[in-house]
Amino acid sequence: MNSTPILSIDELVENASAPDASETQEYFINMGPQHPATHGVLRLLLKLDGERVRKIVPVLGYIHRGIEKIAENQSYRQMVHLTDRMDYLSAIINNWGVSMAVEKAAGIELNPRIETIRTIFGELERLRSHQLWWGVMGMDLGAFTPFLYCFRDRELLNDIMEKTIGARLTMNYIQPGGLMHDVHEDFVDDVKGFLKGFKSTIDEYDQLLSGNVIFQERVRNVGIMDGATALDYGATGPVLRGSGVAYDLRKVEPYGVYDQVDFDVPVGTTGDSWDRYWIRIEEMRQSVRIIEQLIDNIPDGKHMVVKMAQKIKIPQGRYYSQVETARGVLGTWLVSESEKKEGAYRVHFRSPCFNNLWTLIPMVEGDLIGSLVACMASIDLVIPDIDR
Amino acid sequence: MLPERLQSICELEDDVTVLEEGVDKPTVVVPCEHVASLMAALKHDASFAFLLLLDHTVTDRVDDGHFELVYQLYSPVHNHHLMVMTTIPRDEPVIQTLSHIWAVAEFQEREIYDMFGVVYRNHPDLRRLFLEDDWVGFPLRKDYEDDFMLERPK
Repeated sequence: MNSTPILSIDELVENASAPDASETQEYFINMGPQHPATHGVLRLLLKLDGERVRKIVPVLGYIHRGIEKIAENQSYRQMVHLTDRMDYLSAIINNWGVSMAVEKAAGIELNPRIETIRTIFGELERLRSHQLWWGVMGMDLGAFTPFLYCFRDRELLNDIMEKTIGARLTMNYIQPGGLMHDVHEDFVDDVKGFLKGFKSTIDEYDQLLSGNVIFQERVRNVGIMDGATALDYGATGPVLRGSGVAYDLRKVEPYGVYDQVDFDVPVGTTGDSWDRYWIRIEEMRQSVRIIEQLIDNIPDGKHMVVKMAQKIKIPQGRYYSQVETARGVLGTWLVSESEKKEGAYRVHFRSPCFNNLWTLIPMVEGDLIGSLVACMASIDLVIPDIDR
Repeated sequence: MLPERLQSICELEDDVTVLEEGVDKPTVVVPCEHVASLMAALKHDASFAFLLLLDHTVTDRVDDGHFELVYQLYSPVHNHHLMVMTTIPRDEPVIQTLSHIWAVAEFQEREIYDMFGVVYRNHPDLRRLFLEDDWVGFPLRKDYEDDFMLERPK
C-alpha cells in the first residue's frame, strides 16, 4: 500500500520519474482501457521498472452506468433486467440473486419446481461462464485453439437456453416469484444429451491446455496469494477458494435445492494461478454432477407463484441476501421506505468482480508483466460487473 | 450461534446497541466515533474473527438529515454474518477509515466517497473511483441534480 496520497493521475505520473543517479528509470504505461487481455474497458496504470511491475493503479469507470441509481426509480420486477448487464456471463445467477432478495423480503414462498429449475439453470450458467473463461485464459497466454473449442461448446448451451428463454446472453429469466417461462418440452432431453458429451469434453480441455508445459510454466507459482491476504482484499469465489478458504455459499448458506444435492467444493493449496485454474475446471465437473442429480427429478408445479400483473411490495426495512455466482458472492442490498411503494428506496449490489479486482495488487506487484496477464486471466474479471 | 452472542459484542465498545427491527440479519448499531475501534476488535477477537469485509454501503436518509452507513462482516472461521450500522450527519459526513483493518475497505470507501461524498479520515488515497476527477456533486445522494436528468412523468 502506498504511503503518500495520490491527488490525481497526472500528478502521479509527473512526480514519478524524477531523474537520479540510478541506472534504470521507472516509468508509467497504460494497460487499457482498450487492451485485449483486460477483456473490456479496464485501465491499469502500471509503474514499471524494465519489465517488472512496481505498482498497479486500476482506473475504473469506463462502463459505469449508474445501475444503482436507475434501480431506485424502478419496480422490483423492472430491476431484474439490469442485473443481466452487470456480470453478463452469470446473467441467470444475477437474476436469481435479486429475485431471491425480493422474495425473502416480501415473504414469497416458492414451489419445488421453481427452485429445481433455478438450480439447474444456475449450474448451466456456471458451466457456460467457466467454459468461456477457460478458452479466454488460453488465448491470453498465447494458445488460440482453446478459444475456438470453448465457443464451439458454448454454442450448444446457448441453443439450450435459447429454446426456453429466447435469449443467448442477457437472460432476464428468473423473476421475483418464479420464472419468466416454463422450460421447453425438449429441455430435459437436450440437457441430458449435452451432459453426455460434455463429460468427455472436460477431459479434452484438460488434455489440450492443463497439461501443456508452456501453460504450466506460465501459471504455476505465479501470483501466489495466501488465504489471509485474499480475505483481507475481500476476495470471494474461485479466487478465495484457490487460496485455501472453502467459502462457497452453496454449501455454507444453501439456497435453491443445493442442500439436497451432493457436490464437493474444490480448494487450492498454494494459492497460485494454477490453483485458481484447476478449481474452475473441477467446478465444471461438480456442476455436471449437480445437474445430473436434478435433471430427472424436476417436480411438477407452476412456474410462477405470483401473477405477472400483481404488484410486488416489501415491508419497510433493510434486506441483504447473497448468491454464489461463477465469480464469487453477489450481494443484494435493498432498503424499503414504505410498504406502499413498489420500488426500493436504495439498491446496492456487492459485486464479486469489484472486490476480486484488488487482489491483483498483492499478487502482481514486484512480478513481471507476463505474470500480470496470467493473474488477471486467473481472476476472471468481467468489467461491467466492476463498474455497475 | 451469533444471535445469542450479540450482547457480548456490545461489551467490546461503549454505546453499542442491538437492532432488532427493520433488519434481516444480526445487527448492531454503534456511534460513528466508535466504529473503527469496534471493527478492529471484531476482526482480531478470536471468538468473532470477522476476517472478511463483504460489503460497505450507504443509504441517504435525506428526510432525517443523515447518512446511514452499513458494513457486512463475515467470519469464515465461525461461519457467522454480522451487520454493523452507524449514522453520520449529512452536513458533516466524516468518519474514520477502516482501510488499515481490511485492505478492501480502501476501495469500497472510495466508491462511497465518489457516490455520496462521505469523507474518510486517514484514508490513504481518497479520490473519485468511477467518475472523472472534475465531476461536480455526488450522484447517489437523493438531492443530486444535473442537466442530464430526465423528469419522470407523474
